[in-house]
Amino acid sequence: MEVKITINGQEVARDVEPRTLLVHFIRDTVGLTGTHWGCDTSNCGACVVLMDDKPIKSCTTLAAMCVGHEIRTVESLERDGQLDPIQMGFHEKHGLHCGFCTPGMLMTTRALLDSNPNPTEAEIRTAISGAICRCTGYKNIVSAVRWAAEHEAAMKQEA
Amino acid sequence: MQTPAPFDYERASTVEGAIASLAEHGPEARLIAGGHSLLPMMKLRLANPEYLIDINDLGELSYIEERITEIRIGALTRHHELLESELLARRAPVFRDAEEVIADPVVRNRGTIGGSLCQADAAEDLSAVCAALKAQVVIRGPSGERTTGMDGFYLGPFMTAVGADEMLTEIRIPLRAGAGSAHEKVERRAGDFAIAAVSAAVWVEGGTIADAGIALAALGPSTIIVSRAVEALKGKPPSEELFAQAGEIAEEDCMPVPDGRGPVDYKRHLASVLTVRALRRATARALQQEA
Repeated sequence: MEVKITINGQEVARDVEPRTLLVHFIRDTVGLTGTHWGCDTSNCGACVVLMDDKPIKSCTTLAAMCVGHEIRTVESLERDGQLDPIQMGFHEKHGLHCGFCTPGMLMTTRALLDSNPNPTEAEIRTAISGAICRCTGYKNIVSAVRWAAEHEAAMKQEA
Repeated sequence: MQTPAPFDYERASTVEGAIASLAEHGPEARLIAGGHSLLPMMKLRLANPEYLIDINDLGELSYIEERITEIRIGALTRHHELLESELLARRAPVFRDAEEVIADPVVRNRGTIGGSLCQADAAEDLSAVCAALKAQVVIRGPSGERTTGMDGFYLGPFMTAVGADEMLTEIRIPLRAGAGSAHEKVERRAGDFAIAAVSAAVWVEGGTIADAGIALAALGPSTIIVSRAVEALKGKPPSEELFAQAGEIAEEDCMPVPDGRGPVDYKRHLASVLTVRALRRATARALQQEA
């Protein structure tokens, strides 16, 4: 079947089987390998992308179900060579070691800051409770999100 | 790599169309909404539907509305909407209690109440919530609509009263005076299945419990409604002794099996403790004395 999805603002049309999962459509069909394919059981959160601005697990969503919806992947965060504040936060606060969970963490926390620009530590931990990191122990990830929230607020004030 | 077996796919644009398609394609056709139970089962070949009817476009099934005597919830209402609903938090707070601990926030963006109930997984929280609240569910088929109570909804593990050519369209929560409700759950980590969970509702009139509902999740082959405990509560003033008595009955009447989440005696102990806690909190809410 033809699946036509808007990914990072660009309409992409491909002929795929109905059983194609969104994560494989993004990675293998379209070639955007920033989204990671992890546990395959909707537990780990490495595959999180935004669907109409809400984080979803792309390993448990059919590509066919996304027709007519806007998908955003980690590749959309950097704009004109400028990293998103959330990416800068992960860089500044060492919010990653191996990096496998990072794309999902970035998209999950980007969505958090979009709906709640000044989250508490508890709110950050709740937001990422569906994302597993086996390296950092989450402390640095929480710091990274706080860093991003503070800097984003400061940047908005300057602008 | 886990991928479902091949199937044909259709996107429904009306409820009637979805039901007609179910009737046309027979028992190997399935509705898919959030897909967070069905797709994992398809990956594991525990479910092998040959035809999927995607109902995510049926916006007419997504609502939470207050009527005079009940709250009506459309089957396609997603977990995050139930969690965020101020109406439910005010009139049936057991929903918010449960939604805070159902899966994780990302999964809650997709999963729906209709899908949760129809999955009929014994460990699923909303089944216990709706059973405790004595909800009615509306089932639509080719020949029209019927309603059934939660006590007649579950036919066994993963089996419901919804026929192969039918669709759950609405959940109706009765609104009565003096209501309080709460959900208590113990889980190993965020997103895991419950080790045990209990939903309780009470309706307090003139200082006595006029009616109650208690339902257990993950403590038997299906959601368990503890009718014997409800009978023990009725007509009596709420007290710690009474809650303890209901807890003992829940401990006796549950049917847990040992697994990686714990042995039977531990789960029976949780049935008792969580029943007491849920009743305590439900009653405090009914009396507007919640700490």
